[in-house]
Amino acid sequence: MAKLHERKFVSADPEKCVGCQICEYACSYGKERAFNPIKSRIRVMRENQINNLAVTCRFCETPSCVAACPRGALSQTINGNIILEKENCTGCGWCIEACDYGAMMLHPETKTVYSCDLCKFRSDGPQCVKWCPEEALTVVTSDVLAQKARLSAIKKLFQTPGETRNQQTKET
Amino acid sequence: MLGYAGRILYLDLTTGKSYVEKLNEETAKKYIGGIGLGMHLYLTKSKKGIDPFCPENPLVLSVGPLTATVFPTGGNGHAFISKSPATGGVGESVSHGTFGTELKRAGYDAVVITGKAEKPIYLLIDDDSVELRDASKLWGRSPSEVEDAIKEEVGDFYVRVAAIGVAGEKLTKIACIINDKTRAAGRTGLGAVMGSKNLKAIAVRGTNDVTIAKPEEFFSMVKEFHERMKGPAAQKYRTTGSTENLTIQNNLSCVPTRNYNNSHFESAENISSTIINQHYVAKIIGCNSCAMRCEHQAIIKDGPYKNTMTRIEYDNLWAFGPNCGVDKLNFIIKAAERCNYYGLDAQSTGGIISFIMDCYEKNILTKENLDGIDAHFGNASAMLALIEKIGKREGIGTTFADGVKIAATKIGNKTEQLAQHIKGLEVTGYDLRCLKTTALGCAVSFRGADHNRSGAATIDLRGKVDRLKAEPGRGKIIKELEDQYNLIDSLIICKNAKGTFYKEYEEMTKLYNATTGLNITQQELELAGERIQTLAKLINTREGLTRKDDTLPWKVMNQPITDDGPSKGAVVTKNELDLMLDDYYQARGYDKQGIPTTAKLETLGLTEHLTIITKKEA
Repeated sequence: MAKLHERKFVSADPEKCVGCQICEYACSYGKERAFNPIKSRIRVMRENQINNLAVTCRFCETPSCVAACPRGALSQTINGNIILEKENCTGCGWCIEACDYGAMMLHPETKTVYSCDLCKFRSDGPQCVKWCPEEALTVVTSDVLAQKARLSAIKKLFQTPGETRNQQTKET
Repeated sequence: MLGYAGRILYLDLTTGKSYVEKLNEETAKKYIGGIGLGMHLYLTKSKKGIDPFCPENPLVLSVGPLTATVFPTGGNGHAFISKSPATGGVGESVSHGTFGTELKRAGYDAVVITGKAEKPIYLLIDDDSVELRDASKLWGRSPSEVEDAIKEEVGDFYVRVAAIGVAGEKLTKIACIINDKTRAAGRTGLGAVMGSKNLKAIAVRGTNDVTIAKPEEFFSMVKEFHERMKGPAAQKYRTTGSTENLTIQNNLSCVPTRNYNNSHFESAENISSTIINQHYVAKIIGCNSCAMRCEHQAIIKDGPYKNTMTRIEYDNLWAFGPNCGVDKLNFIIKAAERCNYYGLDAQSTGGIISFIMDCYEKNILTKENLDGIDAHFGNASAMLALIEKIGKREGIGTTFADGVKIAATKIGNKTEQLAQHIKGLEVTGYDLRCLKTTALGCAVSFRGADHNRSGAATIDLRGKVDRLKAEPGRGKIIKELEDQYNLIDSLIICKNAKGTFYKEYEEMTKLYNATTGLNITQQELELAGERIQTLAKLINTREGLTRKDDTLPWKVMNQPITDDGPSKGAVVTKNELDLMLDDYYQARGYDKQGIPTTAKLETLGLTEHLTIITKKEA
């Protein structure tokens, strides 16, 4: 049985994401053979010119989308995947409202909800990650994210005084 | 015919009625899209000699066959086309961002807007629904504010907006159309055409699929271009940005400084790309589908202009920096931001201010004439004060807001000699005296002084030709570059990505066919590039522009460069210009007066417009 923190999801680095929306095109084409952001499982928000971020399903430990569905159409596998039983979905959108990340969406044609499945049926993995030119997207676990955060905090702690020292030397 | 939406929307603002026509395959192949399709629609739907501001003058908005696909830089462009109030000839301007993608997904390759709304409105296109909405509350506000307000009103964050500012409302002939807050269809004053129609903004939302004909071929090209865009061809744009041009050109004395009084800016290092990137650039962002992202967003961190945010590139840096003799980046960035706020073309605005400063220093204009503004070169505060006047079209702003050509006519006193424009459009940041291929390119450019109609500066600056020499052969170089640029603006690929095409025609043909499945030959595409150029020329010919309009500003032809250095003494003489024009017209298959010949129109399949040239001949 997989440990919970081994659940994987696609994470976008806000430093690297430039808001180009290539992930949306890669996703919608990979999934539906069409370029159309409203059929993409990952969406890009440009809050203002410098705040850009791609957002998709986080495969939460206690997914609110699953909890919200009154018809039991949504469930989560042990790997974290959100599974939809289409015949039970009426497209009411309660799961959409419940998700804090806007990762649940209503499909314009099937009129049922959908979300990221990490392109589990593709041998080359999530298409958004594959095509992101900025390498801003990675498949991670929460543990990996925590490791990265620790590493960058430590780097900052040890490097900043060093840089300051160097600058002072240059100035004198 | 995939890639294309296959539909053209016609809209009459006077009646509020709209209808859709199919885009047929032949027209698509002949004019590709973007400016090509736009100018074709303009020429066939407009009447000779109309006032750009009259309701009958069509404003065309178009996208390209690649728009809304994932092809890097190809997916995000749109173009506006109309009669330019600045030049009286064809006006066109391309912009990028995300706006065009929604229009394509809404199901349109072009929108032809005629008429005039009774009161301020904005156009909301939501797939098949076309709605004119009240914009009285948006009147007087900036394009960025308008975008936020429309998103709020429509209740959809992914609505994309192109809007005019106060300048466009007041029919200022250097007004631009801004989309996605910081991107502009900047040149030729089309914002004023929008204003003349009481059309404050165009908001679009599209939800249709965009599909392509040959996915395997298409995606292998996307992959290849992603790689190229990480390589040397895009390195400048990805890293330091186009502001690096300043250093490169300054070393060669090719930076028009203080309204062409110099060609070298002594304080260039104070405003270098290194400093801009270190102290101002907060983030480099990308347009939709772009893999080389180049949009340098600068933020002022402290001082009176704290938190001012705008895009900074060579063009606006030059316009408010060397061109006005200003070496204070806070002010230059603020100036660029103010232009976006009022919806002014930054290059023309900079051109006007340097013209005012030149007149001031030559005592033609005084403080009293200028509402008390001390318009010395280098006076950064005066520069900002003048932008306010021009933007609001207040006080002395009314004299200058329509560009240097018109201002010089008003002032008289031989100021036409100080007015740096071609066909009424202000010059850009390339000293034409010492970049002679570029000089030819700008002289014959159908939209007036603009390096972006041929991009010949690259040829001159990289030493592929002797930039100080005017010689036979330059005509052919410009012809070929123009044809390529026409295709770039019609497929709508970003010009910054031109270097990533190693074999332009071959790769563009492959791309076009993989997208559309129309299977045209390389020769057909090359011919389309040429056809689009001649189409523009036909519009200009119909509107009365002749060889005498294919000329250069007075200073370029009469005031040699005085700065010591590699460009000293350079000037383009009348003989040199004539030599290059003859050479160019010959390469184009035009007559000595620069009019396309009947034979040329037959070759290009433009005989439907034969009357334009036969009337001239008679």
